[in-house]
Amino acid sequence: MLQSLLSRLAIGALAVATCFAGPTFAQGTIKIAYTDPLSGPFAQVGDANLKQMNYILDYINSHGGALGKKFELVPFDNKSQPSDALIALKSATDQNMPFIMQCSGSNIAAALIEAVNKHNARNPDNRIIYINCGAVATELTNEQCSFWHFRFDANVAQKAEVMVRALPKEVTKVYLLNQDYLFGQSVQRDVKAFIAKLRPDIQVVGDELIPLGKVKDFAPYITKIKASGAQALLTGNWGPDMNLLIKAGIDAGVDLRYYTMYAHLAGGAVAIGPGGDGKVRSVQAFNENIAPEIGNAEAEAWTKDFRSKYPFDFYAAGFRTIFEFLAAAINKAGSTDPTKIALAMEDLKHKDFLGYESKMRKDDHQIIGPYFVGVFKRGVKYDSEKTGLGWATEATIPAKDIEQPTTCKMQRPKA
Amino acid sequence: MEVFLVSLLNGLVYGMLLFMLASGLTLILSMMGVLNFAHASAYMLGAYFAFTISQHIGFWPALIIAPLLCGLLGAMIEMYGLRRVHRNGHIAELLFTFGLALIIEKVVQMTWGLLPVPYRVPAGLDFPLFSIYGTQFPAYRAFMLLISLLMFGAIWLGLTRTRIGLVIQAALTHPDMVGALGHNVPRVFTTVFAAGTALAGLAGVIGGNYQVTEPAMAFTMGPIVFVVVVFGGLGSLTGCFIASLMMGLIQTFAVVLDYSPADLLRQFGIIVTSATPFHEVLTVPLPRVGALLPFLLLILILVFKPRGLMGTRDT
Repeated sequence: MLQSLLSRLAIGALAVATCFAGPTFAQGTIKIAYTDPLSGPFAQVGDANLKQMNYILDYINSHGGALGKKFELVPFDNKSQPSDALIALKSATDQNMPFIMQCSGSNIAAALIEAVNKHNARNPDNRIIYINCGAVATELTNEQCSFWHFRFDANVAQKAEVMVRALPKEVTKVYLLNQDYLFGQSVQRDVKAFIAKLRPDIQVVGDELIPLGKVKDFAPYITKIKASGAQALLTGNWGPDMNLLIKAGIDAGVDLRYYTMYAHLAGGAVAIGPGGDGKVRSVQAFNENIAPEIGNAEAEAWTKDFRSKYPFDFYAAGFRTIFEFLAAAINKAGSTDPTKIALAMEDLKHKDFLGYESKMRKDDHQIIGPYFVGVFKRGVKYDSEKTGLGWATEATIPAKDIEQPTTCKMQRPKA
Repeated sequence: MEVFLVSLLNGLVYGMLLFMLASGLTLILSMMGVLNFAHASAYMLGAYFAFTISQHIGFWPALIIAPLLCGLLGAMIEMYGLRRVHRNGHIAELLFTFGLALIIEKVVQMTWGLLPVPYRVPAGLDFPLFSIYGTQFPAYRAFMLLISLLMFGAIWLGLTRTRIGLVIQAALTHPDMVGALGHNVPRVFTTVFAAGTALAGLAGVIGGNYQVTEPAMAFTMGPIVFVVVVFGGLGSLTGCFIASLMMGLIQTFAVVLDYSPADLLRQFGIIVTSATPFHEVLTVPLPRVGALLPFLLLILILVFKPRGLMGTRDT
């Protein structure tokens, strides 16, 4: 008696549930799992990314999303740990999310690529695409390349080439300082390779690796760099490792040019401060002064609107390109099935909101787009982090100049 | 020579900053037996308080007010938190301060945001004091050295030459006897905890603009301060002073000495090639592991001299 009552109740509940689930599923959102450090020493990066992504998604959703569905970002804190990122991946696949997105840490990216490959091979009905929004070790689209991995940021080799191309003629002695892990070592190797290839007149007078996030006082490194006679410091450091390094250098008043990959990210401008006027350069995909420089009023207004809502600068134009790519690929595929989206994304071309065209290269799933070198100085239209100084574009490197060959041998799924 | 002199100065500044942080912790640890995990959080709070105060009424008032605020907070923590938890033993205290450190970090993140705040060196001290071989030595660093030296003098005199100092020293070893003589031992404990927290706050005020004021600063500073305290030895301010300077100098010089174990072996005629076993480890240059050296020293001293450099008793 009781049993039949229970089973009847269960059927009733199930009916109600499907009743509700049916329509919501049809209209449901396209979920993107986003995993990055949202706590711990690198939390500032993840948090700033998240805010900008939500700003972009609000815009894209208000313009129709993809296939009439809205995008929804589901954040997971990975505390900069690969193991936590894999937990996020598990949650994402358990909830049938078509995308997982991750930006910070090539070691985490390497773990994710491997896990996504395995998961997709074992679960053909529940596949997931890994959107890489900033893990840039070159290997990830060479030796480690995967059909399920799409990288939407220039890789280290490309950034290194931009950096080396931006070195002025009078610089003949450079010092390399990088973080001691997959990404930093990748920067070290690639920068040296491009110096040898493009600027054989340049001598590398110092080459150093530092433990990631452990150094609190960079003054001794500055002493050493100065003693080496270097004219420029080339670094891929990010987060506190970059901020403290440049601050120490500027405090010591050393006559040095700084070439960075991440000084334009959140926290950088404050750390550099007014003393860094004209000394720091950063290889970047975007800065807020590009739109006024090229006279694109629409893009300028859109980024300006972000500033009125958040107390920091907008640097993540690349994320807008990502979401627009995803929307275009979903519309092209006519489905939210990850395999179809992935196939639609290959060799997809897209004009970003500034008007530059970029392409998702089929061979290795590496985005190929223009890149910029910005210099941190006074007298720009939009300053950074209320310092009165901001990023002005010093050089624009067209996409064709950094379209480097790949060694990727992509394995595509059979069906 | 150039590198040596500049590194020496840098090492001293960093060492003295460590000392300001560690002196408070060593007082608290040796007196109350509490390994205060929230100590570096007081350092962070000092920096943030000073940032906020200096935006309104300037840096100099902040130099006084921020440590006092931290001290007040320390007193409250001791009176309303630690004293209750104390009954349940040391593990409970440890967990309490650990939880506190996490909560303070979260509160700081919610109040001041995740990004570094623009806490800058005051304009009056923002000039190069002198330059050696072309490297400028900022006046602010000299100011840091001065403050920390003054502080060392003040604590030392306070502990050895004043009545309250004598009571504190007595309460360190014989709390029951001191209580029997009519002194309010819990209040002495509160005073010490508050003073220790205030010292950490002061270190935050002058360290926050020397480094970068951000929510992760407590987390990055915490471990090294523990190393200093254990290395210096319990109950010894002098040991703590020596250990701080040592750690500062070791970390600074490790960076500029580009040697690896392989170079050392070469002196004995052993050439390390890629065929030598462990050649990856043997060829790691010192700067690459410089930041880890203090922790290596910690292990060594715990093995060979568990009381620490100048410790008077066991942990």
